[in-house]
Amino acid sequence: MNLSSDQTVWWRFGVIELNLTIATTWGMMILMVAGARLLTRHLELKAPISRWQAGLEIVVTAICGQIKQVGLEQARRYLAFLGTLFLFIALSCLGTVVPGFKPPTGSLSTTTALALCVFLAVPAFGIRNDGLRGYLKTYTEPTPFMLPFNIISELSRTMALAVRLFGNMMSGVMIIAILVTITPLLFPILMTLLGLLTGMVQAYIFSILAAVYIAAATQTRLKDTSHG
Amino acid sequence: MDSSTWIAVASIVTTGLTIALGCMCPALGEGRAVAVALTSLAQQPDASATITRTLFVGLAMIETMAIYCLVIALLLLFANPLLK
Repeated sequence: MNLSSDQTVWWRFGVIELNLTIATTWGMMILMVAGARLLTRHLELKAPISRWQAGLEIVVTAICGQIKQVGLEQARRYLAFLGTLFLFIALSCLGTVVPGFKPPTGSLSTTTALALCVFLAVPAFGIRNDGLRGYLKTYTEPTPFMLPFNIISELSRTMALAVRLFGNMMSGVMIIAILVTITPLLFPILMTLLGLLTGMVQAYIFSILAAVYIAAATQTRLKDTSHG
Repeated sequence: MDSSTWIAVASIVTTGLTIALGCMCPALGEGRAVAVALTSLAQQPDASATITRTLFVGLAMIETMAIYCLVIALLLLFANPLLK
């Protein structure tokens, strides 16, 4: 049985290979970039704005609001990273309604890449906010004894991010594939609905968890100043 | 029976146990979490946004355990490294 779309390889040269996951990812990237470009070509500040611009503004402000609720006050600074994560995962989940579409997030390599992005983004944002020393200090809080545990948690939560998204998306696709062979008529549609729900929840969870990790890495100085 | 058959038997039995236990325990945990969240929603409807968000994040954390079990079970069934 095909566990992931990584196993559909079209072209291979040494260690580089072109498989279905990469093709779908690039297709989605082209779709999203081209769509964003088309939508933001004629932006208006005055009242009669186009329908597409209104929709886009709803999405952006909603993501901004969610980031603020996690505790990141300057949401604009993190909007590009977290919003991209959310939109990519959400689109790859919504794409499952198209027959024959295999979500790239259903392969462990894609989700590992996304989790590694979070893994690298957390120290990047932390250092930008507090400086190198201030960021490194977060590892020794509340006491220096917690240093190894903080490092372990950093690694294990990256793995958890990757495996959680992979497991959810892959199990959804696989359950549908199994059900199609058993009861081909109505049941797969219901499971697709359930898969859409869990996929959207996972997209939300992934970006919210990334926001929470970034908030934990950047908020030390805020806390220090608020306590005097 | 040769050794690969034994490995297959052990894998299948372990897969069943993995899924059974790995669904049961997170289900209990999620049930508790949802019950407490509903109680606090009934007490403080104003804080519904915060409670719901925290509930979803927490549920995803708990569900990760079940997903780990699912991944292990699927690996044992379809991509068993010992049966190559």
